[in-house]
Amino acid sequence: MRRVSSDRIIALAMLTPSVIAIAIFVYGFIGFTGFSSFTNWNSLVPDFSTVGWRNYERLFSAIPTDRFLLDLRNTVSFTILFLIACIVLGFLLAVLLDQRVKGEGIFRSIFLFPMAISFIVTGVVWRWLLNPGTVQTGSSGVNLLFEKIGLGFLRWGWFTDPTIWHIKPDTGLGQFLVGIGLDGIASPYFGVPVAIFSLVIAATWQMSGYTMAMFLAGLRGIPEELREAARVDGANEIQIYRHVIIPLLQPITLSAVIVLGHISLKIFDLVVSMTGPGPAFATDVPAFFMWDTTFRGNNFAQGAAIATILLVSVAVLIVPYLINTMRTEAEL
Amino acid sequence: MTAQTQTRKPIRASRIAIYAALFLAAAFYLLPVYVLFITGMKSFQEVNLSRMWDLPSGFHFDSYITAWFGSEKESITGLAGNFMNSIYLAIPATLFSAVLGSLNGYVLAKWKFRGSNILFPLMLFGMFIPYQSILIPLVQVLKNMSLYGSIQGLIFVHVVYGIPITTLIFRNYFAEIPTELIEAAKIDGAGILGIYRHILFPISMPGFVVVMIWQFQSIWNDFLFGVIVTSRPTVQPMTVALNNMAGSYVVQWNVQMAGALIAALPTLLVFIFLGRYFMRGLLAGSLKG
Repeated sequence: MRRVSSDRIIALAMLTPSVIAIAIFVYGFIGFTGFSSFTNWNSLVPDFSTVGWRNYERLFSAIPTDRFLLDLRNTVSFTILFLIACIVLGFLLAVLLDQRVKGEGIFRSIFLFPMAISFIVTGVVWRWLLNPGTVQTGSSGVNLLFEKIGLGFLRWGWFTDPTIWHIKPDTGLGQFLVGIGLDGIASPYFGVPVAIFSLVIAATWQMSGYTMAMFLAGLRGIPEELREAARVDGANEIQIYRHVIIPLLQPITLSAVIVLGHISLKIFDLVVSMTGPGPAFATDVPAFFMWDTTFRGNNFAQGAAIATILLVSVAVLIVPYLINTMRTEAEL
Repeated sequence: MTAQTQTRKPIRASRIAIYAALFLAAAFYLLPVYVLFITGMKSFQEVNLSRMWDLPSGFHFDSYITAWFGSEKESITGLAGNFMNSIYLAIPATLFSAVLGSLNGYVLAKWKFRGSNILFPLMLFGMFIPYQSILIPLVQVLKNMSLYGSIQGLIFVHVVYGIPITTLIFRNYFAEIPTELIEAAKIDGAGILGIYRHILFPISMPGFVVVMIWQFQSIWNDFLFGVIVTSRPTVQPMTVALNNMAGSYVVQWNVQMAGALIAALPTLLVFIFLGRYFMRGLLAGSLKG
């Protein structure tokens, strides 16, 4: 009896340092950041007089700068494109590798190795690959490659292109939106910056191996009898994928959306090393804006407000997932 | 015979299509590697954006030498010191993280107590947060602890924020081990520490390998903590120095490419030789341990 209770104390003692560290460095710090976001601390000298929601109001208004509104547009564009690209490419690669191909191990390694390297390295390399070149020196990077193989029409400005794809107010749909008072949707604030595609390509290059690996593991877990049964019922291969395999892979797709989605909301390193804020903030993201305004501009309260919004958006995605995972585990 | 060839023919065509698609995909993934290699091998006279895709005239290692040692003439600082900083950072931080994670995982898997099922997800949340939400107080606290701007400070930060993932991987690893084994040892009079040392630790090597690979890779590749905690170039880790080098107009892009390859090499080697364990960490990272 005495033995057991002293073991219990040792068990708690082993865990305590980590629990205290997490309590302070995660929860305490989040609390401090949340508090700072309501203060006037926008210079090097800490000033903890509270200003209510002012730091947040400034982020969501166009004055003095609409940078955060552009960041939201960019994050949404990036997240949607990145998720679609990773899931489609990862799924296709997994299906191809599942066809009993020779050299599967080598192909798998080729698709996965970018995950092992830093976003900084990825950014440095892709910045040169997607460097469009100049009129004086001629094309460079992939633009040059396109020219060489006769696909010069694919030349693009990549991350230097300031174009924003959005609904123009003078088109039919635009006039309709203006008519019903939704003119905000027919503006560049609700658009897709062309420059963001360059970030999506580099990020997909790095992360699609992850979805490939998840889907491949999922495909391998589907019993052959299920496919056989569908074949006996007269389904062709495409129907088998549509009606049997893809529905069975749905849980994997969901966890890929959550894991990649939270990575994409936090994306920072790749932006720093590849494009920076880009032309007219076309590739700026909240994580970069926060770093820029806090540690370069000394607007600590403003940075804390961005960080808090970022945290809440990640928590909305992660907390239900965590609770769900814990609940399924408890049932086992 | 004719029936056989008829059924075989479409299969052949689809096999060719499968391999063609796989080779095309492989070309996309290997394209940056090709450019990294050929650019790094070019002599300084050959470096020209309009000849970017041409093979080098021979093996020139000038770019690597400049990227590693720097060049006084062009006032480029080499990455050698920063590479070593990353080594001095990643190795101790990885070891500390692994030990801490294994102790936490052991308690949370085999010595559950009231509330441990709530404590665990609360700890896990720490690995998903955007670190922007803790950076402001982190800098202040590290300054007060006199850890700001040093490798020791970075080691501390990586160990603390590595607790959730290392605990998760070890907890899932130890949960697989039958509880009867622990119960039997308890009846034989073994205590919590004895059971860990004589039973669990000796069989937890695969768990250690997975955790250490994961931590080494994420610490080596980290940029955010490095750039926030270290401001002096002499203490900065590799990723921060590479980013500075790439952002400088003085440094030619073949030197940047050589630097990028050097920065990628350690984790790439780990991936090539221990890829199996890398995959396990990856799946654990999505909570599917």
